[in-house]
Amino acid sequence: MTARIGLLCATACLVPWLAGAAAAAPPDVKPPTNEDCVACHGDASLKRDDGRSLAVDAKRFESSIHGPMACVDCHADLSKTELPHEPKLAPVQCASCHDDIGGKYRDSIHAWAKDKAGLTTAAPSCASCHGTHEIKAHTDTTSRVHRSQVPATCGSCHAGVREHYDKGIHAAALARGDSRAPVCVDCHTTHDIKRADTDKWRLSVTAECGSCHAGVVDSFRGTFHGKVTELGFTRVAACADCHGAHDILPASNAASMVAPARLVETCGKCHQGANERFVQYDPHPNPRDYKRSAVLWWANRFYWILIPGCFGFFGLHSLLWFRRSMKDREKRP
Amino acid sequence: MTSTIAEPPAMTVTAPNAGPVAASHRSTHVLRFDRPTLALHIVVMVTFLGLAATGMPLLFSDAPWARALAMLFFGFQGAGLAHRFFGLVLLGAVVWHLANVFWRAFVRGESGLFWGPDSMVPQPRDFVQFYQQLRWFFSKGPQPKFERFTYWEKFDYWAVLWGTALMGAAGLVLWFPMAASRVLPGWLFNVALFVHGAEATLAIVFIFAIHFFNGHLRPGKFPMDMVIFTGSVSREDLRHERAGQYERLAASGTLDWLDVPPPTAKEIGRGRLIGAIGLSLGIALFVLILYATLR
Repeated sequence: MTARIGLLCATACLVPWLAGAAAAAPPDVKPPTNEDCVACHGDASLKRDDGRSLAVDAKRFESSIHGPMACVDCHADLSKTELPHEPKLAPVQCASCHDDIGGKYRDSIHAWAKDKAGLTTAAPSCASCHGTHEIKAHTDTTSRVHRSQVPATCGSCHAGVREHYDKGIHAAALARGDSRAPVCVDCHTTHDIKRADTDKWRLSVTAECGSCHAGVVDSFRGTFHGKVTELGFTRVAACADCHGAHDILPASNAASMVAPARLVETCGKCHQGANERFVQYDPHPNPRDYKRSAVLWWANRFYWILIPGCFGFFGLHSLLWFRRSMKDREKRP
Repeated sequence: MTSTIAEPPAMTVTAPNAGPVAASHRSTHVLRFDRPTLALHIVVMVTFLGLAATGMPLLFSDAPWARALAMLFFGFQGAGLAHRFFGLVLLGAVVWHLANVFWRAFVRGESGLFWGPDSMVPQPRDFVQFYQQLRWFFSKGPQPKFERFTYWEKFDYWAVLWGTALMGAAGLVLWFPMAASRVLPGWLFNVALFVHGAEATLAIVFIFAIHFFNGHLRPGKFPMDMVIFTGSVSREDLRHERAGQYERLAASGTLDWLDVPPPTAKEIGRGRLIGAIGLSLGIALFVLILYATLR
């Protein structure tokens, strides 16, 4: 009770003081308009002490997706300040509007690297991929995060991976303008990017491959590899173990991991001692495809007759038997 | 499964009694399965359940219960290890049984193993009795006078033998693909995996649905037939269920040779326990399969 009274008194004393503090600031401070900002930052030669440019291209900003917004909407600490402002501004908090994406980013390996591992300048934040004043929607072909630009954007840091990716068939499809060609974010996701060496992530990629190669993943699911990975174990091969990850090539290409001449080597990564006969195994069998394997087709046909035949025959046999036995039972006193 | 013989002169080796028994001293029960046969059924039962439980996570890897069942065996590697163990034991049991049958036939000179009323080999009589049984189902005639093994029992027997041989061969190829590839082409592994899975589906559903019904769950036997756990059958049951065999043995006077004391309460209790565990595990696995296929 006394504590509550104390709190009341303290609040009563504070209120006039706070009001006075507010009155001390100029009452008619208007936030600087975009024109006010551009008056200085429109100068293309404006630089910081360390030489980095402070120029903002007003035209590019206006044509960006944030064009209708005020500078101080993002640079929020300037909304209550008179110009010229202090040289050091608070970092822009994109998550103050994009809070769902902010949450995903905070769970990502990129945020972990930046906040926990201390890679404060190397690890990407929002602006590293999206840019700053020239941000465009990801559907805009000139956007840095448009599908066609994603390999270049990610590759600005992951240059070695991009080199591999550019050699692969998916990069070729992307270059052709195929909108279904997978880019980095299709497998790795955009904002909540995770380490690529965890079981959970490795197992999730198969479904991503299947989003285009549905039949191929279906046939894989019927094999020992497909079943064990479906159960959630990664000891056996999934797509990338045989086909590669970034530099996937069709089997017709001699450099491909699954080119006929390289199969002994590729299978031999796990199956030490694999020989020419061993690699005649079909990792994507289809029992309904006679041309792919006639023996498998016949085996499938055989069991499709045998299993329903057996169960149909003995199922009916049991049913008739049951009915007859019940009749006998009724007759008994 | 064919170890008990009711035909003289081989009878003298396995029959519990050396001669006819005075009517007043007759037991209510006669021997149907000797101890090795009972042991063989237990081994087949345990390994079959084990093989089904450890193989089903892979066969139905997309079922919601698959991972949990695999984790029961400490993951797919543990399940695989147990699967191979059960497979080897079952293969061993079948090889032992075949060796035993051939030893009895060719070393001991036992007759009637490959043909006749005591044989497991399908014969014209079985087709006739199947037809008579169908007529009986529709109340168009009496039940056939079955001999030592009925046509559905013969089917069960040959299904286990054929299934074990086929799945054992396919399983060994899949277990040792590197060794197999010295002589076999790799595409045969695809066939081996497919056949192993298809034959497994056939075997599991057949045993857990058809064999369980025919052998144990049908009216008259419900909840289970104790003969495969105690080895003996009452004279009364034998006369009803296998009139052919009963009349044949009674006429020749050899039925008394099979005279055994009725199973003790302890033996019946033990049989009930083993049977109940086997039946419930089998039905549980069968429900999992139904759930996986019908969902």
